Amino acid sequence: MTKGWPQWEVFVRSEAGLAHKHVGSLHAADVRMALENARDLYTRRNEGVSIWVVRSEDVHATDPDEAEAFFEPSEDKRYRFPTSYHVPEGVEHL
Amino acid sequence: MYTSISDGIDGNANGGDEREQAFNARLDRAMKIEPSDWMPEAYRKTLVRQISQHAHSEIVGMLPEGNWITRAPSLHRKLILLAKVQDEAGHGLYLYSAGETLGTPRDEMVAALHSGKAKYSSIFNYPTLAWADVGAIGWLVDGAAIINQIPLTRCSYGPYARAMVRICKEESFHQRQGFEIMWTLAHGTTAQHAMAQDALDRWWWPSVMMFGPPDSESTHNEQSQRWRIKLFTNDELRRKFIDQTVPQSEKLGLRIPDPQLRWNERTQHYEIGPIDWEEFYRVIKGDGPCNKDRLQTRIDAWEDGAWVREAATEHARKRAERSDAA
Repeated sequence: MTKGWPQWEVFVRSEAGLAHKHVGSLHAADVRMALENARDLYTRRNEGVSIWVVRSEDVHATDPDEAEAFFEPSEDKRYRFPTSYHVPEGVEHL
Repeated sequence: MYTSISDGIDGNANGGDEREQAFNARLDRAMKIEPSDWMPEAYRKTLVRQISQHAHSEIVGMLPEGNWITRAPSLHRKLILLAKVQDEAGHGLYLYSAGETLGTPRDEMVAALHSGKAKYSSIFNYPTLAWADVGAIGWLVDGAAIINQIPLTRCSYGPYARAMVRICKEESFHQRQGFEIMWTLAHGTTAQHAMAQDALDRWWWPSVMMFGPPDSESTHNEQSQRWRIKLFTNDELRRKFIDQTVPQSEKLGLRIPDPQLRWNERTQHYEIGPIDWEEFYRVIKGDGPCNKDRLQTRIDAWEDGAWVREAATEHARKRAERSDAA
């Protein structure tokens, strides 16, 4: 068996104004084939106006085992949210 | 500190009890498991088997219908069938993609199909003898697939659940186009009506068997339900299929080939005659009408396409080389 084509992650912008969203992966020999395959595989029903493809090995992610420590600093800072402030009765536009 | 999503399963093999407890707690809270999360090896293995079998079924499932693309009765029907068969290829690829997130490369899954180690749905080992069979497959086989697949959109493994959402959206077109073919034939000439009836006669029981062995004989049910990768039992899904399909056959004016079929007022479900499980096991073990032909067609497609895969790889290598030099 020859070595298979590299794997690519596919991101699709569903309409102008929205961000690209991850939809899945595919295999292709190069960028052009990856984009064409992504079109055929993930946008057969007008699901997209733009596609990004990224080699899977180039996507880096946080480690789920360290998620608690990694995201901890944002958890105890309630003062960053508007809901943690008292608004006196009758005060508007605040 | 960080990890690459393509090697996100590093170090997952030796989980302690603590990790297993955390995993079970997530399942209990109906939280999704994602590729780089710790998971028991048995969960991973079972999922790879289930997802790849599902993918193989989509790919082999293109063959019985593909048989009729060149002979569809009109250009309109041909376009529909082409789109449907293309969707099946897409479904196979969504599923291989989900399977790969568990660390098994696609080529390895495909090799397991070709060696006969991996199974696919036994329904595709039956031949499509007439145009009406394309209608019966869409109506019955895709109808059964939808009933199987809708609960899986809520299964515990994130990539599998998301692939299922996509697939279910597309399946509903498949089922309706099949029903429309049946409707047209059933309301056509006497010969066309007979063709539709004949297709129903041949596809009914294999479709009923698609849900797998009865609960009393099914080996995977309990653990898979605990893992939430199977949300209903085979018999529950089968009953749902029968309850919704029998009234549709009445609207078509076609007869379900089961003399013992009757409505049970007390249970509010249909009751059916005995299922020929011997036939089911015979077909699964390789002795169905088309098993050898289906597998050989897949192997030939893979081997005949080898030069295309190699040429594309070489083309990509040369282009990369040239852009490096520039």
